[in-house]
Amino acid sequence: MNSLFTLAQTDYPEAMGALTLAHYLFLSAAMFALGIVGFMTRRNLIIMFLCTELMFQASGIALIAFSRFHLNHTGQTFVIFVLTVAAAEAAMGLALVVLLFRKRESLSTEEWAEMSG
Amino acid sequence: METMLTSLIDIPSLLTLASAVPASVSEPAHGAAVGAAQVPQPWVALIPMLPIFGVIIAGVCAIFDVRTKLPAFLTVGCLAGSFLLTLAVFLRYDSFNHGDPFVVHLFDWINLSWGDPSHPTSFAANFSFYIDKLTVLWMLFVTGLAALIALYASEYMSHDVGRAYCRFFVGFNLFVFSMACLVMGDNLVLLYLGWEGVGLCSYLLIGYFYKKPAAVAAAKKAFIVNRIGDLGLALGIYLTFVHFGTVQYSELFASDQLQGYLTAAGEHRWSDIPMTAQGIALLLLVGAIGKSAQFPLYVWLPDAMEGPTPVSALIHAATMVTAGVFLIARAYPLFLISEFALPTVAWVGTITALLAATIGMAQFDIKRIMAYSTVSQLGYMFAGLGVLTTTGAAFHVLTHAFFKALLFLCCGAVMHGFAGQLDLRKLSGVAWMKGWGIVAIGMLVGCLNLSGFAFTAGFFSKDMILAEAFVTPGYSILGWILIGTAGLTAYYTFRVFFRVFLGPQHAEPGDEHHDDHAEQDHTDETDDHHTAAHGHAAEHGGRFHPHPPGWAINTVLVILAIGSILAAGLYFIEKDSHGWVGAMINDSSASYHSPYADHADVAHAEEGAHTGLLFGQDPHQIMYYVSGVVGLIGILLAAILHGPRGWQGLFLGGRTEAGKCRMDSVAKLFGPIPRWAEDKWYVDELYIAIFQTPLRVFAHLFHLFDKFVIDAIVDGVAKLPGALASALRPSQSGQLQGYAAGMAGGMVVLLIIVLVVIGGAS
Repeated sequence: MNSLFTLAQTDYPEAMGALTLAHYLFLSAAMFALGIVGFMTRRNLIIMFLCTELMFQASGIALIAFSRFHLNHTGQTFVIFVLTVAAAEAAMGLALVVLLFRKRESLSTEEWAEMSG
Repeated sequence: METMLTSLIDIPSLLTLASAVPASVSEPAHGAAVGAAQVPQPWVALIPMLPIFGVIIAGVCAIFDVRTKLPAFLTVGCLAGSFLLTLAVFLRYDSFNHGDPFVVHLFDWINLSWGDPSHPTSFAANFSFYIDKLTVLWMLFVTGLAALIALYASEYMSHDVGRAYCRFFVGFNLFVFSMACLVMGDNLVLLYLGWEGVGLCSYLLIGYFYKKPAAVAAAKKAFIVNRIGDLGLALGIYLTFVHFGTVQYSELFASDQLQGYLTAAGEHRWSDIPMTAQGIALLLLVGAIGKSAQFPLYVWLPDAMEGPTPVSALIHAATMVTAGVFLIARAYPLFLISEFALPTVAWVGTITALLAATIGMAQFDIKRIMAYSTVSQLGYMFAGLGVLTTTGAAFHVLTHAFFKALLFLCCGAVMHGFAGQLDLRKLSGVAWMKGWGIVAIGMLVGCLNLSGFAFTAGFFSKDMILAEAFVTPGYSILGWILIGTAGLTAYYTFRVFFRVFLGPQHAEPGDEHHDDHAEQDHTDETDDHHTAAHGHAAEHGGRFHPHPPGWAINTVLVILAIGSILAAGLYFIEKDSHGWVGAMINDSSASYHSPYADHADVAHAEEGAHTGLLFGQDPHQIMYYVSGVVGLIGILLAAILHGPRGWQGLFLGGRTEAGKCRMDSVAKLFGPIPRWAEDKWYVDELYIAIFQTPLRVFAHLFHLFDKFVIDAIVDGVAKLPGALASALRPSQSGQLQGYAAGMAGGMVVLLIIVLVVIGGAS
């Protein structure tokens, strides 16, 4: 439990001073919570889309923090992939949003509820 | 036709050649030759095989869509061949096995053995034929009448030339084959095969007009009612095997066990005979009752008249329905060892005779009257078997076969000529119409026989049964009932004759107004028809032409009429053994010398005057006068009530038109009783109420159970996924936030699980 409050393991020279893993994880959690709350409460497609980006980045911060904490580069590598995919996904998502807007002249998600059971 | 007949006559000579070649007769599994020796005369097997050949020919004709009378004449040829072969067996009988019964083995059919190899239990039922004089007697009239009736049918069925015609003759031939198996089989299993076969053919031929609902219903009724009897027969055969260990007649009749029982039965030591042995006869009797249309299973026979008339004449009057009589005669030793079997046979027969006669008196459909009279006469035969005169029963079978076939064929000719008209109120004076003379004479001969008019064949055969009823102790009540029934028989028989054949000429056509297209088919007879028909055209509004029978029908009627008359002569041949039939029976399993018959005067001397006497005389002598007078009274009664005015009604009748007679006013004196008799004493309705309605109720109850319980369970299981889906369906709202909330909630749940389960574990 004690080790949660240091960024790196003890046998490794401290690189980030007083900032510990907990700080980063807290930031990540806060960003993710903001994202999820935003996604669930807002009806605007673009805002919701931005919220998903926020959650992406939150998870990316957490990955990098753990990567640093475990002195393992896999986490950072993984984040680079995530960013790449996120860029592609952002292009796709925005294109979809634009097309949807053209259909209904509105960005509200309530316009698109045909898939009810 | 000429060439065909000559070729047929050649067949026996060919067969004699064939029989000269030694046949490979395999010895049966275990000493079947105890009672009857095997005789290598394979040509005897052709008697049943020729009809099978006929089946194939008629079937081939159907395939090639033959539109001529070819199948009919080929059938006549095959059946006549069978008859000639039977005749050859009859004539050469003494040379085969020194005049004793013999077995002709055709091939192994069922031949099983099991158990301990040194003393195996075995069951053998081979395709072999047991030939004794009972077989020969039966086969003579079966094949002879079948050939004649096939000839009659060639003309009668000519409306249907084509596929249906072939179908008819396939059924006809198959029937004769089955009947031959039944009569000639050397074991009860082969008899059963024939028994079912004739039932099937009866079903097929009753339902010949399968587009007519009444015919289909009648066919089903016949089949189902017979099924009840067949169950009894099957159980009887099973019990025979269980008790005696064999179903082959030759072994059965020769077994020491049976001989021991017969001795015990002769000394009235009934308790020495086990109940299983005594039960066999009762079970066989159930089968006989079904097939021979006895009370209480007689209801199918009158309905069976929906079939074509040749079928009624052959199957439902002359041959198939006598199968029950044959079974009892064949298995007579089994009946003798049963305390209650023969009294039951006698009483069943008597009740049937009386009941059917009363119904027959009140019917208006002439074919149905004949049907009820068949039931009634079969009752006489059963009564004859029951009172220990197998000779009388067999003689009555023979005479009845002739005169009842004749009567049916005459009725059929009327039906054929008057477009299906069978109502005796709508026909009159047919005898005086041009071209109907032979039919009228044939009918007269048949009616005289049936009513037991003095010195006819029917008179002698019925007398034999009636006399024996008084001779055998304990049956005199039965004898009186049968005498009374004889009077009723004479009455209803001549009721038909006086109304339909005598009196002023009158005819209303039936509903089968098929003359227009039918006459096109009758290419060879059209000329006759037109000349004959035009004579009556004026009377029937120029539309209806009754067409008198052609040569085929008339020939058959003449032969049968002569046969019916000559059958009386059989009574006088070999007088020592009660006539020719008696001589035939004496050498068979049905042989039973009634101790009462042979020693009536002795019994009189020993026991006093209380048994075996009628009016203080020997029944054999006095019965001639009694039954002659009773028959005459019946005829005169019919003349008074139904006879036409003048000499035709013997100067007793007063009928001047077809539909009205004295009976109409006399019937009113009896209140509703004639009406009840016309409605067949509501026996059908009673059966419907007792058997059909409860079954229907149960069927409906089970249907409801099926619908509301079984189906409910099945449907419920099937509906479960549907219900589950509709319960979960609201979660698919289509709202994006809803799904997002679901995902988030799911994540929370997973998180809690991770924290509680995994976190808690560490």
